[in-house]
Amino acid sequence: MKFVQNIFDQTRPLVEKDGKRNIFYPLHNAIETMAFVPDHTAHSGAHVRDAIDLKRTMVTVIFAMVPALLFGMWNIGRLHFGAFGEESTLIDNVIFGAMKLLPLIIVTYAAGLGVEIYFSWKRNHPVNEGFLVSGLLIPMIMPVDIPLWMVAVSTIFAVLIGKEVFGGTGMNLLNPALTARAFAFFAYPTWMSGDKVWINTTSADGGQLVDGYSGATALGDLATTVGQGLGNPSTETVMAQFGPEGTYSLMNAFLGLIPGSIGETSAALILLGGLFLVFKGVGSWRIMVSFFIGGFVMAAIFNAFAVNEFMGLNPLHQLMLGGFMFGMVFMATDPVSAAQTTTGKLIYGFLAGFFGIMIRVFNPAYPEGIMLAILFMNVMAPLIDHYVVEANVKRRAKRLANA
Amino acid sequence: MSQTFKIRKGHDIKLIGGAPKTDLGRITASTYAVTPLDFPGITPKLAVKAGTQVKAGDTLFFDKDRPEVKICSPVSGEVAEVKRGAKRKILAVLILADSETTYADHGAFGFSGATREAAAAHFSATGVGAFITSRPYGVAAGMSEKPRAIFVNGIQSGPLSGDLAYQLEGKEKSIATALKALKLMTEGTVYVSHDADRAPIEALQSLDATHITFSGKHPKGLVGTQIAQTAPLNKGEIVWTVNAIDLPTIGAAFETGEYRPEYRVTVAGSKAMNAGYATALQGVSLTSFVSANVNTDNTRLIAGDVLTGTKIEKDDFLSFGRTQLTAIPEGNKTEFFGWVLPGFGKFSMNRAFWSWLFPNREYDLDTNMHGEERAFVVTGEYEKFIPMDIFPQQLLRSILIGDIEKMEQLGIYEVVPEDFALAEVACTSKLPLQEIVRKGLNDLRKEMI
Repeated sequence: MKFVQNIFDQTRPLVEKDGKRNIFYPLHNAIETMAFVPDHTAHSGAHVRDAIDLKRTMVTVIFAMVPALLFGMWNIGRLHFGAFGEESTLIDNVIFGAMKLLPLIIVTYAAGLGVEIYFSWKRNHPVNEGFLVSGLLIPMIMPVDIPLWMVAVSTIFAVLIGKEVFGGTGMNLLNPALTARAFAFFAYPTWMSGDKVWINTTSADGGQLVDGYSGATALGDLATTVGQGLGNPSTETVMAQFGPEGTYSLMNAFLGLIPGSIGETSAALILLGGLFLVFKGVGSWRIMVSFFIGGFVMAAIFNAFAVNEFMGLNPLHQLMLGGFMFGMVFMATDPVSAAQTTTGKLIYGFLAGFFGIMIRVFNPAYPEGIMLAILFMNVMAPLIDHYVVEANVKRRAKRLANA
Repeated sequence: MSQTFKIRKGHDIKLIGGAPKTDLGRITASTYAVTPLDFPGITPKLAVKAGTQVKAGDTLFFDKDRPEVKICSPVSGEVAEVKRGAKRKILAVLILADSETTYADHGAFGFSGATREAAAAHFSATGVGAFITSRPYGVAAGMSEKPRAIFVNGIQSGPLSGDLAYQLEGKEKSIATALKALKLMTEGTVYVSHDADRAPIEALQSLDATHITFSGKHPKGLVGTQIAQTAPLNKGEIVWTVNAIDLPTIGAAFETGEYRPEYRVTVAGSKAMNAGYATALQGVSLTSFVSANVNTDNTRLIAGDVLTGTKIEKDDFLSFGRTQLTAIPEGNKTEFFGWVLPGFGKFSMNRAFWSWLFPNREYDLDTNMHGEERAFVVTGEYEKFIPMDIFPQQLLRSILIGDIEKMEQLGIYEVVPEDFALAEVACTSKLPLQEIVRKGLNDLRKEMI
């Protein structure tokens, strides 16, 4: 390790305050502190400190995302070869998926970290770790065929407007990854919705798509049933896909064998990541559980008063589709943009899940109601916290009055 | 009968190097020092200058705003030097001790028919009033204050803390006298707290006071926790707190009129070559004791425990009000990819490291920060270590933006810096919580006076 340390020591004078390449100081510092936990010692207050730091917290989240990410990679290849009716092995699928996914990840990190490093240099503070997670979340919630430059623009927008204008990591109002997706969704709608973007159908060897191929997502198909009434024969073909034998069966949706944004399809692996986060004490179980309950309650209400097939879908099935599970585990739990008080977290999670399903079903033009609901609740979170904290303040004032 | 409270929020940090009941003898030295820095909230005004002959119990300096708050000399001798820092700030008063200590005689206190005023005057004159801390603000108590209650803290639960029963051994009589004196100072209740998880201390159990018992985790031994559980402090109220270990000194001052701040000091920590208990006067030079009993190679020497103690050097003096010396390794070394490794052997109070599998392991912790300072990111973390009905992060934020009204609403009157010590250890963002709280209390006090 000594020689690695030497490299940092030798290059440090170049980037320090009076060095020629001062603009690279945050980058130098970021890489150095990543390689070596610094030798800083406690100078005020407690003399010993917990081993945990923000890097550890963030890398724990990344570990939790890995299963869903790898599955998404494999699913890209599986859907691509499936569309052409070609046989493919696990390795084929993963390699194809990696070719599609890795550029997305690299572009996101480059664009986002570029902005972060610039602001670190301008504001003279170290690069924060928050983007390590955001930078991986963004590719996971994009359609596979989105052009790289759109991802870059969305990421830059999210980091700049979603985070840095508020003061950087820890100060942001909105979840940066969702801000990126919302930006892409409204700026480039044709690339973010419809039935062309979820499965890669560019064939290198002039292959033909199989008969009856549809590139739509489950939610896209469900949206077509709106306005047709319940039990209308014209919706039969669509709804058959949601039956036990269909493409979007509950089992397929749970396992993730359906088209969708890259990392969001496998409810099973996302749940695994969620359990890992809760077990590690990094993710808030309160938010996850209340989010699930909120979504379930809304879906059950729809189910009870269904006037179309979308509303009538089995509540559990409803929750396995789209970005619900992903939003629950990885998006709503972002500690900075979520509610911060214990009671607030329960309210925040419940309403985010509740509104998510509501937006999705009431306005089929926005199949990704979850994204909008979480962003909306991000904005509402300080208000929720305000009332929770205010209750404490009142309790204290009352005690004073009685004293 | 006494009430028992169980403290569930908190953590016992287990460190190696606990003190066995070994007598390490007496710490003697020819120089002593008293520093105003040990007394938050005091603007020191000197009563002596270099060359002044003082007796033990003569005032060295007092608070400019409250002259009755006097800090006295622990020994007799000649004031050798008044150390000053930037802007002539007084750093320490150094005293060259006589070989035979002579005491200033303030006279034994007559308890029969004694008034509060008389007791207050005696507290002030003998210097033992400085052992009383006043809340809110956590500063030395002014004798004109009217405390709602007085809490005597009979629990030591910090890391490597000493056995209070052993430290108080043989001082039963003066402990009872001290309590009598304290009772004169308030019309309210005098509480005495006990640790349900250690053998009861007879000298404290037998006191005529309201007894409260705490079991569970640290910070049960912080008087802030004890107040919050019994009767939280409201705006406008004042509560005094006294550590049980200081009772014998207070009692002696009332029995004999002499100031004898002598303690059985706990010496602990992995860097202590000889752990145990040493007898010492407050302010004694530690130079020779430390070189004989502590491995000083790359060592952090702390007066107090690792959570709330003050950093001292090996040629420093025993700080006022501290009865524990802790020596742990400095952590001034880097660690290759330390944040990624599983961390089976790492000390952490949450499960992000796999060391949670071994909850009873004792650690040899050093002073490394294990990361750089960041903004508030993680939420719900501090609450796990502060057993009070407050919102710690919101309170800290209100302090950082200097919003006095918000601080009051969020309960700053109920806390002092030490109450945030465990949360500070746990803080993922490595923020200086105790420093922030101290700043908040200072701002508030400035505003109020």
